Amino acid sequence: MSLTQHDIDQEMAAERVAYAKRVADGAPVEHHPRRDYAPYRSSVLRHPKQPLVAIDTRQDPELVELRSPAFGERDITEIDNDLTRQHTGEPIGERITVSGRLLDRDGRPVRGQLIEIWQANSAGRYAHRREQHDAPLDPNFTGVGRTLTDAEGRYHFTTIQPGPYPWRNHVNAWRPAHIHFSVFGTAFTQRLVTQMYFPNDPLFPYDPILQSVTDDAARHRLVATYDHGLSVPEFSLGYRWDIVLDGPAATWIEEGR
Amino acid sequence: MTLIDPGSPEQVPPTPSHTVGPFYGYALPFSGGEEIAPLGHPDTVTVHGHVLDGAGDPLPDALLEVWGPRPDGTVPRVDGALRRDPATGGFLGRNGVEFTGWGRIQTDANGHWYVRTLRPGARGRNAPYLSVCVFARGLLVHLFTRVYLPGDDAALAADPLLTRVGDRRDTLIAADEGHGTYRFDIRLQGEGETVFLEYQ
Repeated sequence: MSLTQHDIDQEMAAERVAYAKRVADGAPVEHHPRRDYAPYRSSVLRHPKQPLVAIDTRQDPELVELRSPAFGERDITEIDNDLTRQHTGEPIGERITVSGRLLDRDGRPVRGQLIEIWQANSAGRYAHRREQHDAPLDPNFTGVGRTLTDAEGRYHFTTIQPGPYPWRNHVNAWRPAHIHFSVFGTAFTQRLVTQMYFPNDPLFPYDPILQSVTDDAARHRLVATYDHGLSVPEFSLGYRWDIVLDGPAATWIEEGR
Repeated sequence: MTLIDPGSPEQVPPTPSHTVGPFYGYALPFSGGEEIAPLGHPDTVTVHGHVLDGAGDPLPDALLEVWGPRPDGTVPRVDGALRRDPATGGFLGRNGVEFTGWGRIQTDANGHWYVRTLRPGARGRNAPYLSVCVFARGLLVHLFTRVYLPGDDAALAADPLLTRVGDRRDTLIAADEGHGTYRFDIRLQGEGETVFLEYQ
């Protein structure tokens, strides 16, 4: 028996009800997905069953995990943050600029740290060998970018608006348009891989990956804001999206900030 | 100084995590990702194993990041793991001299991974270990674990994490295969499930 969108919708609704009950019963707000979110079928055999073991970093300030790998000017090139300039020709699709700040949970900027992005092209096709979506590749678009944040934690990318694409979680499953982000902080514990979405996408309610973020406010934080001030006249539309890293950070004094 | 409690309401709410999959393979892995140790360094160790799911099947699409200190226990703040060629934009590869402490490895079709890095030194109260972060399709939030190297039984016996996990400590200690090579399988779920960590 194939799973339909209706089946998945019902499962997702049940997850939302269960979450609302947990919070009503006094459980903390969940900022992140649960790893055992079954409507995303790929998670079923890949989440731990045992509870995670907590490490109190305040008891152990020497942990290597409280430091972060370093990246610098040698690790990126000048045009790595412009995904429209990686080939000899112009890529097809709407140009966009995506910008924001990288912060920790105290609101402090994460400076000089690496942000990596990757995404599908405007047809919703990735430049990946195993990708089988019946949609055209764009020889002028690979969809990979990198940058280092500046002294205020700011990042900036120029790219193409990605397209949605079908995947086989269930029958007629579609992923809303998104850009993947891989982010480092001041500590390895702050490592984050996530996805940025575009406002007003009609696919949001149907996507079990986005809906795995069961908390409404948290899910909203994954959606960029259209920012006309970031658009470039006659060139690109602008989106603003700030990233806030969770997890213990390197202490203020140690970083000399 | 004391870190602010991560749950405090004054803090900025965090950006939620998501799965890395499925199509990260053309974006995140890089050549020389596994070769963290400088060429010919006498403290080089090789750690390898499989990543397995709850049915015991290998994950051909897992991505691991390994991060560790120098043999003397200090933490490198060295860039260059992703060294690039400014002319072509491609990867130059590490220069083989510097130790960044960090690498990134994609599992192969058999779910196998390996890393060559420097034997980690002890820091603080802990026995020496490598920090490992696991990403995969299907993992909505990445997982942290550690690879402890066998050999110093006294240090392992005194390690605060290993003493807390009791019987499950064996999932965190690599098996010595000789010649500086160690085996460490990562089991995401089920029998022999690896101990995964949450930092607070």
